[in-house]
Amino acid sequence: MGALRFELRDTPPDAPALRAELRAFLAEQGRHWSPTVRAYSWMGFDREFSREVGKRGWIGMTWPKAYGGGERTAMDRYVVLEEMLAVGAPVGAHWIGDRQSGPLILRLGTEEQRREFLPRIISGEMAFAIGLSEPDSGSDLASLRTRATKVEGGWRIEGRKVWTTNAHRCDFMIALLRTSPAPDPRAKHQGLSQFLVDLRSSGLTIRPILDLAGEGGFNEITFDNVFVPDSMLVGKEGNGWEQATAELAFERAGPERYLSSLPLLTAALDDLRAEPAAAETVGRLLARAGTLRQMSLSVAGMLQEGKTPAREAALVKDVGNDYEQALPEILRTLFDAARTPAEVWEMQRMMTMVARSYSLRGGTREILRGIIARQLGLR
Amino acid sequence: MSDELRTILLEQVERLLADQAGPDVLRRAEAGEWPEALWAEMEALGLPLALASEEMGGAGLTWEDAVAVWQVLGRHGAPVPLAESMAAAGLLAAAGIAPPPGLLALVAPQQAGLPWGRRAQHLVAPWEGKLVLRPATGMKEGRDGFSRLPMDTCLFGPDSASALLPPALGEEPTLLAGAMIHAALIAGALEAVLDTSVDYANTRKQFGRPIGGFQAVQQLLAQAAGEVAAAGVAAAQAGRAASRRGLAAAEFEIASAKVVAGEAAGKVAAIAHQVHAAIGFTDEHHLHLFTRRLWAWRDACGTERFWARRIGEAALARGGAALWPDLTARDEATG
Repeated sequence: MGALRFELRDTPPDAPALRAELRAFLAEQGRHWSPTVRAYSWMGFDREFSREVGKRGWIGMTWPKAYGGGERTAMDRYVVLEEMLAVGAPVGAHWIGDRQSGPLILRLGTEEQRREFLPRIISGEMAFAIGLSEPDSGSDLASLRTRATKVEGGWRIEGRKVWTTNAHRCDFMIALLRTSPAPDPRAKHQGLSQFLVDLRSSGLTIRPILDLAGEGGFNEITFDNVFVPDSMLVGKEGNGWEQATAELAFERAGPERYLSSLPLLTAALDDLRAEPAAAETVGRLLARAGTLRQMSLSVAGMLQEGKTPAREAALVKDVGNDYEQALPEILRTLFDAARTPAEVWEMQRMMTMVARSYSLRGGTREILRGIIARQLGLR
Repeated sequence: MSDELRTILLEQVERLLADQAGPDVLRRAEAGEWPEALWAEMEALGLPLALASEEMGGAGLTWEDAVAVWQVLGRHGAPVPLAESMAAAGLLAAAGIAPPPGLLALVAPQQAGLPWGRRAQHLVAPWEGKLVLRPATGMKEGRDGFSRLPMDTCLFGPDSASALLPPALGEEPTLLAGAMIHAALIAGALEAVLDTSVDYANTRKQFGRPIGGFQAVQQLLAQAAGEVAAAGVAAAQAGRAASRRGLAAAEFEIASAKVVAGEAAGKVAAIAHQVHAAIGFTDEHHLHLFTRRLWAWRDACGTERFWARRIGEAALARGGAALWPDLTARDEATG
């Protein structure tokens, strides 16, 4: 039992120079990003943009040079991430590969896998999707049923994955699959394994699912006897649950868990000068933003030291999701149809819709709070 | 102060308070009984003067160290105004005035009175561009409506000493210090309230099991834990900013800390009382010793509204294009 500790962290000494470079790049690239593009940000997809990011060495920044990485610190990488998110850049084509697929391959992949995948993630050429949720397995992820059966030279996959963001535009997914039956219903975390699956495999069908805003972000994937060679198993057979949950610490730890709607605050601010009630509201929002940023930096610092701050990440994601989800609602109370510019309204409308996903993606609010409660010693 | 030394200091303060500042001491303090033994121990440890430099008779603690001490003090309900006295001594020393011994009261705007002002020997206040030290005279005794602690008002005597305010302190150093103190005290008291609530949820049984086993209760306490963590980080960040840049240049972080801690105080007190139910609504239970302080301290030295408006007005004046660059530059300007 116990409260979680968050030690203060600094951004790296070279941060100001790095920021200047990023801001110039993003100002140039972002000239034509619509409010919708900015509202989707890391759920959006722009491969051309990701290639440009890759050219500048901002993907796989911390990875070994042997694979094309930059061997820079996790805090340098943090600066890049937050600069991208603060302007709502459409980073989805490289985000997942950079955040979790690449690190997983680096940590547990074979040398062959590293050489095949990492350089292509780094260049922005290869986009990854996350293969976790299934139609009947959401929060209860370990109940998943998509199965990989051993055959000569590889595995055959049968089943379905769903809510797979940008699968129709991605190249590979890391799928968590059942490779042996659970010994009993309470041990369902056993017998799962992770595979690299080529999304262009024969027998694999991707069906787009429109979201509530009418955008085509996520998908359902059907595996009908899809063959995956032995060489695409990641890590140890049967160890998939431990591997995937360690991956979740990375997935939950980043600044994308509080910054998603900050571009709206930036866009709305000048107009709010005309609104007398705005100062207090803006001040409260900024006070929280500065605090959440330090909490997020603290988790990034722990990751840099090789720790796995899964519980800290869950807490920061929960507090951060509340913040980013409330922000469009709070700002709306200060808007005025006669005054507020159309593009600000448009971003507010998109974010109001997209924000529903903030407390769902990467672990629902309720699941996160369950993790925090266990940390507190509640059973 | 090195991390190692700070840890030792914090353990000392924690031990002292665990020993000398339980609920009984808090209740007696609320009845007007000065915790003499506790204060004497604090003086023996050199705590009241610790923020002053060594040449000025202190221990050269930084604001960051002090915030950590105040958080421990808050965790035990702060029966004595150690934090205010420390800050007053620190400000005097920073202005070049050797702080006198004895309890110092910190005079700040946005304050209903001086906690335990009746025990103070001197007052420290900014006055027409100077920091002044004056004997405390003509004290009018009062009592805080929430914490029930002595909250007194007084008249200024003639200056004992005065010095021009150094630029690092700005024009309202007692207000900034007071806000930082109360953010830290809140952050500490929030920890106590959360711990008490978790303990209660794990022991109180209904429907044949501890209520902490119910998801509805777990979700509330997890939410409270998020607020407690945020308040702690915000207070620590304020202390660090003040240590690095001086009080005046740390206004954003100090204001943020008071806003975040103040918001957390309201939310966590509500959750704690909901979890404790009827027993927490009684005088007998110790929960209110802390939740009443949370409500008192969020009002002291600037409410959430007061500080949020300052941050907000500054941000609006700077405009949307500066919002993110300003937020990131504060950390990096002084590195």
